[in-house]
Amino acid sequence: MKSMSRTSWITLAGMAALLILPPLFLWSGNEFYLQLATRLVILAIAAVSLNLVLGYGGLVSFGHAAYIGIGAYAVGIPAYHETYGGFDSIASYDGLFHVALAVGISALFALVTGAISLRTKGVYFIMITMAFGQMAYYLFFSINEYGGDDGLVIDVRSEVPGLNLDNPLQLYLLSYVALVAAMLIVRTIINSRFGMVIKGAKGNNDRLVGLGYNTYLYRLAAYVISGAMAGFAGALLGNFTTFISPEMMGWTRSGELMFMVILGGAATTFGPVLGAVIFILLEEILSSYTIFWQLPFGLILIGVVLFARGGLMGFLTTKWRKP
Amino acid sequence: MSALLQINALVKTFGGVAATDKVDLAVTKGELHAIIGPNGAGKTTLISQLSGTLIPDSGTILLNGKNITKKPAYTRARLGIARSYQITSLVMEMTVRQNVALAVQSKEGHAFRFIRAADKIAHLQNAALEALRDVGLDVRADDLTTELSHGEHRLLEIAIALATGAELLLLDEPMAGLGPEESAKMVTFLKELKGTRTILLIEHDMDAVFALADRISVLVYGRIIATGTPTEIRADASVRHAYLGEG
Repeated sequence: MKSMSRTSWITLAGMAALLILPPLFLWSGNEFYLQLATRLVILAIAAVSLNLVLGYGGLVSFGHAAYIGIGAYAVGIPAYHETYGGFDSIASYDGLFHVALAVGISALFALVTGAISLRTKGVYFIMITMAFGQMAYYLFFSINEYGGDDGLVIDVRSEVPGLNLDNPLQLYLLSYVALVAAMLIVRTIINSRFGMVIKGAKGNNDRLVGLGYNTYLYRLAAYVISGAMAGFAGALLGNFTTFISPEMMGWTRSGELMFMVILGGAATTFGPVLGAVIFILLEEILSSYTIFWQLPFGLILIGVVLFARGGLMGFLTTKWRKP
Repeated sequence: MSALLQINALVKTFGGVAATDKVDLAVTKGELHAIIGPNGAGKTTLISQLSGTLIPDSGTILLNGKNITKKPAYTRARLGIARSYQITSLVMEMTVRQNVALAVQSKEGHAFRFIRAADKIAHLQNAALEALRDVGLDVRADDLTTELSHGEHRLLEIAIALATGAELLLLDEPMAGLGPEESAKMVTFLKELKGTRTILLIEHDMDAVFALADRISVLVYGRIIATGTPTEIRADASVRHAYLGEG
C-alpha cells in the first residue's frame, strides 16, 4: 500500500506542476517554455493512449505516430479546402468537425490495420504495425495537393466555441484538460472488466481464451480506442504547430512515443506523461549543448531501460521505500 | 444416463505419429471419469482437443449433443467446458482474487464493460472469494499470484475452473508436482467436488485415480484399450499387460 500512495502522490504532484508552471513561464515573459510544455502535453496524450495497448495490453505497436499524423491532417485538410476551395463537403474551420474527423478516421484506420496486425504476435506484430504506419507516411508523402513531403501549412486554427486557439495559454489549457481526460479514460478502462481481460491476456492469453474470452476482439477494441485517442492528440498537435508534414508520422516518431511510455513506466497512469516530460526536456537541454545531442540522449535512455526496471515510475516507487 | 461428452473416432496425428488414434469415449453426466496411461500415451493431446487448443484431424466431439469439433477454445468455454492445466497456467502478475474474478465474469456473456471498476463489483468479488474459500486459498486472495507456492497454484487452477461454473471440468494432472500431504488434500477436495460437476480427470497418481474415479479409461499409444469401473480395470488382463506392467 505504501508504494500505492507514493504513486498517487507523484502523479498528483506532477500534474499540479504541469498545470501551474507553464502559465507562470508565460507571465514571466518566457513564452518559449509554454510552447515547449504544450508540445510536451500533446505528445503525452499520445503516449498515454499508446500505453493502453503497449503497457497494459502488452501489444508493442510501432506505428502509433500514424494516428498523430491522421489527426493533424484531419485539421489541416479541411482548413486548406476552406481557404483555397475544393472538396466543399469537408471544407471547414470547425474544430468539432476536425476532432470528429480526426477521431473517426483514426479509429477506422486502427480497426482495419488492427484487425490484420492482431492476427500476428511478438516481433511480427511490431513489424506489421510499423509497416502500416509507414504506409500512412508514404500516402501523405505522395499527395502533392497537400504539400507532399514539403508539408502543409495550417493558415487558420480550428474554431472551437468559447475558445481561441490562437491564444497560447488557452491552447495549453485545452491540451492539459485533454491530457487529464485521457489519463482518466485509460485508468477507468483498465480497471473495468474489459481492462481485466486486456491485462489478463497480456499475462496469459491462452488462459483467457480458455476461460471463454475471444481475446482478439478485446484487443482490437483496445487498439481502436488507443488509435482514436492518439488521433485526437494529432488534431491538437496540428493546431499547435500549424504546420504538418508526413515526417510527423514516420517510424522514428512512433519509436519516440514508445520510448516515452517505457522511459516513464509502462502500465502506470502517470508513467507515459513523466516519460514525455523527461524526453522533451532532455532533448531540449542536450541539443542546446551539442549538435550531437542524440548520442548522450541515447545513452541515457539505454541506461534508464537497463537500470530502472519499470521505468522512472518503477524507480521512484521502489527505491524510496525503506526496507 | 446421458452422455454429456461424446467423442467419436477422434484422430490427431503429428508428423505421421497418431497421438490420438480413433478414440471413442462417452463421459456421463455427473461422473468422474479418469483417463490413465503411460507417458506419451496422448492424454494431454486428447484434453487439448476437447478444450479447443488443438483441432482434431477427424472424428467428432459432441457436448450435450452439440457438435463442437471445430469450435474455437473460447466458444467451448462458453458452452461449459473448463480446463485446468498440467503446467500451471495463471496470470502471474495479477492477484489471486483477480485470477478467479476473471473466471467469474466470464459467465456474464461478454466483458465489453468499460466503466465500473471490476475490483468494486461486489458479486464478482464475492463469488471469487467463495471459490477461493472452497479450495482454502481465501487467505491469500489479495496476494500476487506469482508469490504462491506450487501446491497453491494447483489449487488455484481448480478454483478458477470451478468459478467459471462450467458443467464439464477437464483436469489435467491436478496432482502434478504435489507432495504427499498436498496430494492427499487435493484428493479430499476432489472427493467433495465429485457429483456436483462432471469431471474428466487425467492423473498419474494411481492411488488417487482408483480412489476417485467412477470409471476409468486406459489410453495407450493414442488408443483407448479399456474402459470400466476401477475394479474392472484392475482385473483387465490387457491393461495389466500394457500399462500396469504385469504378466
